[in-house]
Amino acid sequence: MTTKMNGARILIEAFKKEGVGAIFGYPGGQALPLFDALYSSDLKFYLVRHEQAAAHAADGYARVTGKPGVCIATSGPGATNLVTGIATAYMDSIPMVIITGQVKTFMIGNDAFQEADMIGITRPITKHNYLVKDVKDLARTVREAFHIASTGRPGPVLIDLPSDVQLAETEFHYPSEVNIRSYKPTYCGHPGQIRRAVKMISESKKPVIYAGGGVILSGASKELMEFAEKINSPVTMTLLGLGGFPGNHELSLGMLGMHGTGYANHAVQNCDLLIAIGARFDDRVTGKVDEFAPHAKIIHIDIDPSAISKSVQVDIPIVGDVKCVLGEMLKIVHRPHDKEWTNKIVEWKEKHPLHYKTDDHLRPQYVIQQICEATNGDAVIATDVGQHQMWTAQWYKFARPREFLSSGGLGTMGYGFPAGIGAKVGRPGAQVFVISGDGSIQMNIQELATAVVNNIDVKIVILNNSFLGMVRQWQELFYGKRYSHTKMTNPDFVKIAEAYGAVGMRIDKKEEVRPAIEKAMHTKNVVVMEFIVEPEENVYPFVPAGKRLDDMIGSMA
Amino acid sequence: MKHTISALVENHSGVLSRISGLFSARGFNIDSLTVGETEDPTVSRMTIVVDGDERTLEQVKKQLNKLIDVITVQDLTKSRFIDRELILIKVGIQAPNDRAQIIEIADTMKADVADLGIDTITVEATGETQKIDNLVELLRQFGIKEIVRTGKIAMSLDPKEKGSKTSKEEEE
Repeated sequence: MTTKMNGARILIEAFKKEGVGAIFGYPGGQALPLFDALYSSDLKFYLVRHEQAAAHAADGYARVTGKPGVCIATSGPGATNLVTGIATAYMDSIPMVIITGQVKTFMIGNDAFQEADMIGITRPITKHNYLVKDVKDLARTVREAFHIASTGRPGPVLIDLPSDVQLAETEFHYPSEVNIRSYKPTYCGHPGQIRRAVKMISESKKPVIYAGGGVILSGASKELMEFAEKINSPVTMTLLGLGGFPGNHELSLGMLGMHGTGYANHAVQNCDLLIAIGARFDDRVTGKVDEFAPHAKIIHIDIDPSAISKSVQVDIPIVGDVKCVLGEMLKIVHRPHDKEWTNKIVEWKEKHPLHYKTDDHLRPQYVIQQICEATNGDAVIATDVGQHQMWTAQWYKFARPREFLSSGGLGTMGYGFPAGIGAKVGRPGAQVFVISGDGSIQMNIQELATAVVNNIDVKIVILNNSFLGMVRQWQELFYGKRYSHTKMTNPDFVKIAEAYGAVGMRIDKKEEVRPAIEKAMHTKNVVVMEFIVEPEENVYPFVPAGKRLDDMIGSMA
Repeated sequence: MKHTISALVENHSGVLSRISGLFSARGFNIDSLTVGETEDPTVSRMTIVVDGDERTLEQVKKQLNKLIDVITVQDLTKSRFIDRELILIKVGIQAPNDRAQIIEIADTMKADVADLGIDTITVEATGETQKIDNLVELLRQFGIKEIVRTGKIAMSLDPKEKGSKTSKEEEE
């Protein structure tokens, strides 16, 4: 027997069926029925201090757990505040289900109070979106939204829910199956293509695996490791691919691209076969695109057909899920192990390692190295965007997938802290560090309240150089040191931390770094660690935009 | 080169904006776009004429396929197909014998006179783009006041060809 319930209750019941473990959000007029239903439910809800943080927290939760993140906001400004977070998730293919309140159905299009056309606004930044006008469609819509968000190439799905639909009643039936005739992602690669790829691999002398975020999204790290070891191929990773293959493995080349390692970029430029796995040839990876991997045949495995041959023409495309395709390839792939190529790479690694000046100045790279050592590389790290993000990618050796959270595609400053909150909620047992800059942290610093109130004890590292460092670096190198509006005059971060009830620390000496990190790790509270670092330190190596990948400043030429 | 793409899409509100939004966001140029219900009332067919090289077209198809509301996409240019367009042309009458000449041209071109006014004649024609363009050229001398064209609709003549959601790569 089924009883009638209103749309708001139906949404809550649907969330339970989907196993939603946490919701991040902020109430408002057109979401009142939803929040009333939440009041009497046992779903875990986290009240943020700005809706943008709700979207980033849901994103962070999704990145560590692999399950769709969920956030809720009211109509109009509440909903538009989510937009940056939705776009961030979309660019990085992160599964999310976003619920926005909307004005009553008969008011839509009337320029009603707090009305915004969220379907129109989010159309280009969601995988799909729905306006639910009839409560009878709600349960099916939620089921479809979770399905679409988490299958194929994942992404955010938005449901716009007018307040009268939240109140309208119907019987609750949750569909056990989803059948969308126009949405059937391909999981298994074409056997003929796989055979051709395997043949090409067996004939290659100098292969490089170029692994992206798809490896992590598909849960294929184990397969990637077996594959790389079996064919004895070095592996380089994109920013979002970090952790997909252990950073300290002998076959790891670290990150490639604009701030990639010299040996990764040289390996790509000199290889005879590039195996792109769940990566999309982003311009920050390829540099000058017509001279990217000039001697290589390219195999590209990706679940999204539109990612294939979009910017770089490939020789063997394989449309399919990375885990599934690698699994199939592992059964038949074979390549004679000859040492020449791997020896060459070992030589490059030894001769041209990542480096920075080791003197008694407090340099940002050192702080990150110390975090990596103090946590044994076991922490979950969320970053913002800028120099600190690149230093983290270079100096923290990620051992496992789903432990590095960063806005790769959109490059969203303000992402790190709320994403770290979502990560800690998703993995309460993990040590979560937010590595940020003095610019980025101030874009969502209000979330100190969310973290402190809910005992989400993330450790925030502010690498304070009193500059918007990455922009300053470009100004230094390409605009004759004309530091236009990149000098930051900052507040007292320690006092801010304390005002919110967190612990604040300021560190300005090299020898204080390690003890401070260890103290923070053993503090059962949110900790803000402000490191006063060398103000004009640059991120190297550096391939200027539009240059060839081996045309690097600050590494092997 | 111009390609005629035929897409089956879910027949509900918002689908057109998804498709037109996709074209503008990705910088694809649409020459024309028509939409109408099919034999299945839950499905609409869109006929899109788009200009671009092979690589652009491949992306157009893939990006269309990526939309959840798109059921199938087919590049008709690759197979045998027919296309038709409807045009209404309002022509001004300046000299006394214009009227007779316009009617004669319409007759010869297998077009119809849709409206006969005191100082205008409206001609209606359907056919392939070439025929429509020829008609426009012939009527231009009289002074065209207004043209309304539907844009192309097209149909594959291959009985099996229905298009698919799979990409070129998978068919190899």
